[in-house]
Formats: sequence, structure tokens, C-alpha cells
Amino acid sequence: MSIDAAEVAKIAHLARLAVTEADGETHARNLSSILAFVERLSEVDTSGVEPLAHPLEMTQRLRRDVVSEVDQRERFQALAPATADGHYLVPRVIE
Amino acid sequence: MYDRTIAELSSALSRRECSSVELTQATLAAIEQASGLNAFITITAEQALAEAEAADARRADGEAGPLTGVPIAHKDIFCTEGVRTSCGSRMLDTFVPPYDAFVVEQLRAAGAVMVGKTNMDEFAMGSSNETSWYGPARNPWDPTTVPGGSSGGSAAAVAARLVPAATGTDTGGSIRQPAALTGISGLKPTYGRISRYGMIAFASSLDQAGPMATTAEDLALMLGAMAGFDERDSTCVDQSVPNYHGLLAEHGLKGLRIGLPREYFNTEGVDPEVASAIETAVAAMEAAGAQLKEISLPNTELAVPVYYVIAPAEASSNLSRFDGVRYGHRCSDPVDLEDLYKRSRGEGFGEEVKRRIMVGTYALSAGYYDAYYLKAQQVRRMIRDDFARAFDEVDVIAGPTAPTTAFGLGAKADDPVQMYLSDIFTIAVNLAGLPALSIPAGFGGGKPIGLQLIGNYFDEARLLGAAHGYQQITDWHMQRPSLEG
Repeated sequence: MSIDAAEVAKIAHLARLAVTEADGETHARNLSSILAFVERLSEVDTSGVEPLAHPLEMTQRLRRDVVSEVDQRERFQALAPATADGHYLVPRVIE
Repeated sequence: MYDRTIAELSSALSRRECSSVELTQATLAAIEQASGLNAFITITAEQALAEAEAADARRADGEAGPLTGVPIAHKDIFCTEGVRTSCGSRMLDTFVPPYDAFVVEQLRAAGAVMVGKTNMDEFAMGSSNETSWYGPARNPWDPTTVPGGSSGGSAAAVAARLVPAATGTDTGGSIRQPAALTGISGLKPTYGRISRYGMIAFASSLDQAGPMATTAEDLALMLGAMAGFDERDSTCVDQSVPNYHGLLAEHGLKGLRIGLPREYFNTEGVDPEVASAIETAVAAMEAAGAQLKEISLPNTELAVPVYYVIAPAEASSNLSRFDGVRYGHRCSDPVDLEDLYKRSRGEGFGEEVKRRIMVGTYALSAGYYDAYYLKAQQVRRMIRDDFARAFDEVDVIAGPTAPTTAFGLGAKADDPVQMYLSDIFTIAVNLAGLPALSIPAGFGGGKPIGLQLIGNYFDEARLLGAAHGYQQITDWHMQRPSLEG
């Protein structure tokens, strides 16, 4: 599977990553060689093999659906680049 | 005085030969002097001295454990309340967490003194420490070579005897490979053995924290403090923590059944010096009473390709949280929300991280999911089943940790696939979720060689006992680099 710069631009958009045109070429080359490397998996006969999602095959614990966290909004928002009145600020989305 | 093992420091502290404050001062001075190694991203001198004072008070009150007053360092992937936690990334260059990671809490409760946060590959993605936003850490055995990665700063700091132990994380070999390349001991515990609460996520079905130190005995002391159940990590396993240190003598080499996978020996790409050191090490264990048995792990070659589908896929999902809105780097003057996301992430992440996010995004995208992610999960089961069959016949599996000794800075930087192959012997262990450790087992061209021992699930005590047994009959772990300037 070979990836070209146009494909890189598409993937970068899906991943919400700004990639310059010059970097796009390098990424295309590297992604192609990584995909060529993992391509050998397609030759493996996996018929009847269940996919393994968790190494110990455990299911995740559930907890009761009750509030477990105390409100620390101010403490957490102190980390944010831009906030006002308890809200996170982003560029205008709705005109 | 500072350049001793935890066990030695602990007994010196309890005999009042020195105080934790004196020890911490000496440690901080040594770190300062070795700044050329770039092993630390942040040094927490003031906080360390306050913790040392508290530790001395605890000792005076007779409330000390083995780690009380002993200086350690944390990989900069563990959140530390009030102390910048960068994960080696520009994205988190100014991130000061509002809470401590579980591992940090545990070691603090044990009285260990944190002297700083160590360098690492960005978001733990790398095998050489070269992807760090803060520049590469260097290998104390030869500063023109890499210390391995991603826990390269922790490895360099312990190898240079700046601290007796440090924490690391291991997703595909990030504790064991740098331990091998710097001549120290490092343990990746069973998946779920240690809570990952507050440990910045890379690939959640693979990530595990673990200790790095000079001896297996110190690994046992560290693991005993780090392990434990914590409901804040839904993947950690509720199992009692054995007294790893107390069990060291019980699990020696005598009668230990050691499996030697033929795929790990006489393999192309393994340095002859590495191969011969490992054969010598295994022979020494046999002479000490272990039984050797040739085994086969037929899907060994598929581990790296499987990993480079699963790890990037999980990373692309985990790293989507960095959006320039809630914390982390934000670009200046975004024109709209999409511009805010794209430029914040484009500027905040380095090349290797972007590469893996894109590989993962591609592997998970519509039309490719079955061919990549699902296929990789199927082969992952085959790899795990290979190990399960092997552990019917043997207690531990031995082989080289890394195919070569430390390589030069920049030697593999332009070829991601070559870099990925340096983890060929460590990656399968993460896919299977097994515990494994690396211990020093010789030198090639003056550079350290690591022996890997892989154990069955939750069999850390046996692994540590075997490693301790080996360190009773060899002195590779006592060799130390000569530091100049």
C-alpha cells in the first residue's frame, strides 16, 4: 500500500493535524514504508482466530452510576489556555 | 556515598551513617555535574530537600521502610502535582498537573525522595530518546550513543549512578531496551500489576509502569512499593502484592526451567557479540542448577508488524484529547475551531508522534479497519498463544533484550522501520501482557548487553529471584561507566 501526499493530507485532516506541503512528502514516504512493513500480516492465515483486545481477556470493572468526583472546576480550568466565567473559550462556532 | 544501591543506602540511613538530607544534597550535586547527559527535564531540588527532611524525621520516629529517605527520579510521563509534567513534548511544555499519579503517591508514601523528572521520547514513542522535545538523553557509557528509549533519561540517570532507581513505562520495550543499552536492570510487570492512574496514556492495551535500578534486589524493593490495586484505573488487576524482596531467596536458579526460543538465537540481525554474551549467560545459569530447554515461538517475526498497527491505532485515539482547549499547547490567533485544533496539534506534536497518529488514523479509518486493526488483533492472539504453550514446559524464557548494543545518535533517526526493529525481542511481551526484565550480561565493544527473562502472568517474584540468582554469580550489574566532566 503506497500513500501519496494527497492521501497524507486527507489522513492529516481526519487526525486534525496541520502538516505542511514539504512535510507531506516526507510523511508520504515514511507512512508508505511503515504500511509496507505491516503488510506482511495480510499473508497470515487467521481464519477462525478470535481477535484479542485485552492481554488478560478481562472485562472492565463497572461501578455504580453515582457521582464520584468533587467539583474542581476552577482548579482544572486554571490549566486551560483561555477561559471566562467557568467556560472554555474557542473561536466563534455559531455566527 | 550517593552512588549506592537502595539496599545499601537504606542500611546506611538506618545506621545513621548519613541523613537523607545529606544524601539528597549529594545526589542533586551529582545530577548537576552530569548535566551533559541531559537525563533530566526538570530537577526538583527544593521539594526534594523538604521531602528528605520529612524522611529523616520519619526515620527518627522509627517509622521508616526500606525506601524512606532514598532519592529516586520519575519518568516525566507520571503526573506530579505542582511539578511540570511534559511527557517529552512541546504539547505539555507548560503543563503542571493538579494531581499525582498512583505510582508517585505510592513511592511518596514509602518515603522515597523525588529529585526530578527524567527525559524520555515524546509521549514514549521512540527507542532512542531522540524524539524528546528537550533533546536526547545520552548514554553514560559513550555519550555519542543513545541510551535507548523511551525511558532513556531514567536509564541514563541510574546507569550513571545519579539515583539508585527511577520509574519507567514500557509499551513495547521502553523499560527493558534502555536498561539493556545502559547496563542496568529494568522490569516490565504484568499488564495491570500497577495502576496507570496519572500515567499519560500512549497505547492502553500495552502500557505498563515499572522500576529501573542497578540490581534485581532493588527492583524487588521498588516493585513492592509501586504495585497495588487502585479503582481509578479500570484495567488494573485486584491481586495481592507479594513480598517481592522477601521472596528473592526462595526463587533461585536451582531447578529453574529456562526456555530458549530458537527464534531468539542464531537470528539474522543479532550482533554476534550479543548472541555470544547471552549464550555465556545462559550457560552460567545452567551451571548454577537451571535446566535449559529449546522451545519455539513461531510467530516472533510478526510481533513488530502487529505492534505497529495496534500501538498507533490506540495512540491516535488517546492523543485526540490534546485539542488546544482544555490544557496543553494552543496555537496563536486561530481563525476558527478547525484551525485551532490543527495548528495546536501540528505545532505541539513532533514528527514521530504525528507519524504514529496518522498511521493509527489510517488503520482505523473506514474500509481499512478489518484489514489492519482486526487482523493485528487476531495475530496478537496467535503470539500470546505461543507463549502460553511455552509456559506449559518452562518457568521463564531467556534471550537477548535488544539485537545490538547502543547505536550512535542519529544512526536510525531517518528510518522509522529500522528504529522499530530494535524492539523486536521486547514487543511480543507487551502484546501478550507478560512480565519481563532485562539485566546486564556482558559487554560488546565496551557497551553493555542485556539479558531478557520473560515470565508467566503475575510471576514477577520468580523472575526477580532468577535475576537475583544470576547477579549472585556474576558482577556485570556492578560495572559502571566512568564519567568525565
